[in-house]
Amino acid sequence: MTRGDLRELYQEVIFDHNRRPRNFHEMPEADHVAEGHNPLCGDQLTVYLRVRDGRVEDASFLGHGCAISTASASLMTEAVKGQPVDDVEALFRDVHALLTEKDAPERDFGKLAALSGVKEFPVRVKCATLAWHTLHNALAGRGEQAKTE
Amino acid sequence: MSAVATRGREAATGEAARPGVAAHAADFPILARPVRGRRLVYLDNAATTQKPSSVIEAEARYYRESNANIHRGVHWLSQHSTDLYEESRERVRALLNAARSEEIVFTRGTTEAINLVANTWARTNLGAGDEILITTMEHHSNIVPWQLVCAQTGAVLRVAPIDDEGALDVDVFAALLGPRTKLVAIAHVSNALGTVNPVARLVELAHAAGAVVLVDGAQAVAHTVVDVQAIGCDFYAFSGHKLYGPTGIGALYGRHELLRAMPPWQGGGDMIHTVSFEGSTWAEVPQRFEAGTPNIAGVVGLSAAIDYLQSVGLERIAAHEHALLEYATEAARSIPGLRLIGTAPEKAGILSFTIDGIHPHDLGTILDTEGVAIRAGHHCTMPLMKRFGIPGTARASLALYNDESDVDALVAAIRRAQELFSGN
Repeated sequence: MTRGDLRELYQEVIFDHNRRPRNFHEMPEADHVAEGHNPLCGDQLTVYLRVRDGRVEDASFLGHGCAISTASASLMTEAVKGQPVDDVEALFRDVHALLTEKDAPERDFGKLAALSGVKEFPVRVKCATLAWHTLHNALAGRGEQAKTE
Repeated sequence: MSAVATRGREAATGEAARPGVAAHAADFPILARPVRGRRLVYLDNAATTQKPSSVIEAEARYYRESNANIHRGVHWLSQHSTDLYEESRERVRALLNAARSEEIVFTRGTTEAINLVANTWARTNLGAGDEILITTMEHHSNIVPWQLVCAQTGAVLRVAPIDDEGALDVDVFAALLGPRTKLVAIAHVSNALGTVNPVARLVELAHAAGAVVLVDGAQAVAHTVVDVQAIGCDFYAFSGHKLYGPTGIGALYGRHELLRAMPPWQGGGDMIHTVSFEGSTWAEVPQRFEAGTPNIAGVVGLSAAIDYLQSVGLERIAAHEHALLEYATEAARSIPGLRLIGTAPEKAGILSFTIDGIHPHDLGTILDTEGVAIRAGHHCTMPLMKRFGIPGTARASLALYNDESDVDALVAAIRRAQELFSGN
């Protein structure tokens, strides 16, 4: 393995979204909120959603953790804003498969593809999936905290 | 296999780490293997140490030439295997300078040793309102067993604080000792901070208050001479795998009169004197606490590890690691944005740190791709991390085979990570 493999995980997209996370704020008018916490590694975040007419009108997050978890959450909020809830759920399943399964699902992941490098570092997969499991819990109105470890 | 850069083993000058000791890296076969195409720079020794060929071979040779179940076997192999096992017990006695070999109980490791004391001595001697005193820097294995005891007996856990450098304030510790304090459990060396506690002094204070003392020696035995009689503690626990020995083996030292009064914990073969359906009687110590067939090969490997340690010389190792720690600390202080966690005046070869703007896990992953093995996270010391207000640290920990080129590689990898994160 060479520095190329590192580059595959820590692409510029990841650094950018870690340095300047998008939609990184609270949402007082949110109607779907959920928390995610991986206590063993220390990543913690809250996902805020405003859902209207079956569509995710707005998405934001707050939290602290490693670059992978922050970038994943940031990319997630950008990807789901304005999308129908069903499409968001489908995206959650596809992203989970992208990060954990050998063969990536057939779809254009756009910037989210930057996360796929985490497969070479299995210990870090839970960092990338935390925001998505939290999103899933938020949509389902589930009260319990999400964790991926 | 791609060429792996050789280690700079030319004689260092002046105050630098002694090259003689680190040359023993050649005894450790795993250190020659590349990781991710790079030279392995193994700096995770507080998690586990690597093994010299003599230890690996001792375990294999046991299975090739000596394997048989121990104690009360009629045939030659069984007697021979028993001799090896009991000789190892004597080796451990000598390593710790315990008064008698009956004071050495073989366990799976430090965690099991502490749980043994918790489930036998503590369960029968503590009652509601009694106090167990530990410190903020303890490893989960020296916290959780006591929490379980408190839940079972109604005893109360009290915690001695540390200062911002990671050192125990002995006066505050002393002030927490009282007539209700029955047990004190303290680390000899902190796995997360590297702090070396003044255990003999703390034992003296605890005994004056009438408390029994258990010392967690997991991070100490490979790096400094341990003399349990000089320390004066009642129990001392350590793990073989942190001592260049196999996993799955460790030992508890317990003062003879304490062990003799302790009820059994695990019941079964070997820890009994007689068994009948009307009732069973127990073996003498230490057998009373060694139920079932033990990890005999592990015991043999541990013995070989102690031999190895003594052939290199613990005092030489301690001096080497101390000089290397100074080199590493100075190098760390020259890295902008690096904050050392654990700067007590007395330290073992453990360097915990944070880097501004880089989460420990990200740092650990980047270092991994450079062949540098460190540990990142809370190091099984969640309360300690909370006290410092951080989710975790990156931790480099030294052993006899590390030298300055390892520290240089660590520093270069950290700088590489900083470049990547700053957008260069």
